[in-house]
Amino acid sequence: MFSANLSAIFYLISGVLFILALRGLSSPETSRQGNLFGIIGMVIAITVTFISIGNFSNGFIYVLIFLLAGGFVGAFIAYKIPMTAMPELVAGFHSLVGLAAVFVALSAFLNPEAFNLGTPGNIKIGSLVEMSIGAVVGAITFSGSIIAFLKLQGIMSGAPITFKGQHPLNALILVSIIILTYLLCSTQSSNLFWMLLTISFLIGFLLIIPIGGADMPVVISMLNSYSGWAAAGIGFTLENTALIITGALVGSSGAILSYIMCKGMNRSFFNVILGGFGATDQSTDSSSKEQRPVKSGNADDAAFLMKNASSVIIVPGYGMAVAQAQHALREMVDTLKKNDIKVSYAIHPVAGRMPGHMNVLLAEANVPYDEVFELEEINNDFANADVAFVIGANDVTNPVAKTDPQSPIYGMPVLDVEKCKSVLFVKRSLSPGYAGIDNDLFYKENTLMLFADAKKMTEDITKNL
Amino acid sequence: MEIDPFIFRLSIFILSIFIGYYVVWSVTPSLHTPLMSVTNAISSVIIVGAIIAGLAGKSTSIFNTSSIYGFLAIFLAAINIFGGFLVTQRMLAMYKKKKKDK
Repeated sequence: MFSANLSAIFYLISGVLFILALRGLSSPETSRQGNLFGIIGMVIAITVTFISIGNFSNGFIYVLIFLLAGGFVGAFIAYKIPMTAMPELVAGFHSLVGLAAVFVALSAFLNPEAFNLGTPGNIKIGSLVEMSIGAVVGAITFSGSIIAFLKLQGIMSGAPITFKGQHPLNALILVSIIILTYLLCSTQSSNLFWMLLTISFLIGFLLIIPIGGADMPVVISMLNSYSGWAAAGIGFTLENTALIITGALVGSSGAILSYIMCKGMNRSFFNVILGGFGATDQSTDSSSKEQRPVKSGNADDAAFLMKNASSVIIVPGYGMAVAQAQHALREMVDTLKKNDIKVSYAIHPVAGRMPGHMNVLLAEANVPYDEVFELEEINNDFANADVAFVIGANDVTNPVAKTDPQSPIYGMPVLDVEKCKSVLFVKRSLSPGYAGIDNDLFYKENTLMLFADAKKMTEDITKNL
Repeated sequence: MEIDPFIFRLSIFILSIFIGYYVVWSVTPSLHTPLMSVTNAISSVIIVGAIIAGLAGKSTSIFNTSSIYGFLAIFLAAINIFGGFLVTQRMLAMYKKKKKDK
C-alpha cells in the first residue's frame, strides 16, 4: 500500500515522461526513444494505480482480463493496419478515448465513494462540474470521431451535410448543455446526467457532419485536442497529476495542429468548423468557363521529359494515398536516381487527410526523410527544377490562389509548381479538386496532363525510363 | 488561510498547457502523424481512473453498474494504449535517413 503522496510523485514522474515522449518527436532520430519514454510513463502510471489501491481480490483478475483483452485487440490493429488507413485509425482511437472518459465519469458519478468524491446524491460540487466537463467533452469527442471515421473510411459521403437552421440548433444545444450542467450541480439527479450525455453525443455528431472530406486534417486535429481536454477534465475529478498533465499536453498539441492545418488552407478555424465549404459556388464556375485546351500525354512522353531533366520535384497528394502509389513512385525515383537525376519531394501542410499523412506514406515506401521537404523549405527550388511531377495533389498547386482575389482559395499558400520548366500532372480526369474550382495549372503551356490511375501511370513511366 | 488543492492542480494544468505549446511547436512537421498517434496513446492514461472504478466493487458483487463502466473503460483505454504505442513505433521505425555509402 502506497501513501497518497508517494503515488502522487510517481504520477508526476509519468507526466514528465509523457512530456519527454512528445519532446522526442522533434527529430526522427530521437523519436523512437521518445516513444519508449511514453511507454515507461504508462507502465509506471498503471502499476502505481494497482499498488495504491492494494485491493488484489477477485476484481483484480477481471481488471487484468479486460486490460489484456483490450491490449490484444489494440496490438492486433496496430500490426494489421495499412499505413494508408492511418487517418481512420487515429479517428477511431480518438473515439475510444472519448468513450472511456464518458465511462469513467459515469462510474465516478454512480459510485463517488470509490474516488473520494462524496456519496451518491451528495457529490462535491467542484468534482461534479469537473466530471461533467470530462463527460461532455468525451461524448463530443466520441460521436464526432465516429463521424470523422465514417467519412474517412468512405462509409459516409465526404460531402458536407448542411441543413437550414443548423447553426441556431447547435447554439441551442450548447446553451442547454450549460444549463443542464448547472441543474445537475444543484439537483444531483442521475436523469439529468444521462440527458447531458445524450445531447453531448448529439452535438458531436452535428458538429462534424457539415465538414467536408478535405477539411479532415483540421477535424482530426481538433478531435485530438478534445480528447485531451476530456482527459484533463477527468484528471481534475480524480485529482490525478499524470492525467492533468497529459490532458493539457494533448489538448494543446491538437489545438496547434488545427492551427497549422487552418493556416495551410488560409482559412480561419471558425470558417472550417461552420463547414459547408466547397458546396456553394461550384455551379457558377463550371458553366461560365468554356473548354480550354489541355495538352495530354502518355507514359512514354513523361519518361522522355524526365530522362532529359537534371532535377525533378515530386508533389504527392491524397490521390497517391488512394491509389496506393507510394511504392511504385519510389521505384520510379530509384530509376531516376540511377540516371543521376536529382529528386526531392515537396509536401504541402494539408496534403492528405491528416497532418503528416504524406510523410508517413513516403517513409513506408522507404523514401529517406531528408529527401522530403516542407512547403517553405522547397518552394524556391521549383524555379530551378526541370520537371515537377504532381501525383494526386490538386488545389495545393493551383496558381489561382496567388493571382485571383475572387477565388475561394485566394491567399492559401501553394506550391509554385508552375515555375518549373515542365509540369507532369497525374490525374484521372480534369475534374476540379474539393474546393470546386478549376486548376489553372492544367491549361499552362508547360503542363503535360497524364490521365491515368496514379499507380499504373507511375509503373508505366518506370518501364519507359 | 490555506490554499485549496484545486488551485495547485489548476497551476499544474496551466503550466502543462504552456509546456505542450512549446514542445509541440518543436515537433518536426514530418512527424505530425506519429505525434497524433502517440498523444492518443498517452491520453489513455485515463485508464488509471478506469482501474479505480473497476476495483471499487465489493468482493460479493464485483460487477455492479459502476464497476462495469470501469471495466468497459479499461478495455477501451487498453486498446488505445497498446494500439497507439505500437502503431507509433511501427511508423517511427520506417523513418530512415539517406544511406551514406552513395
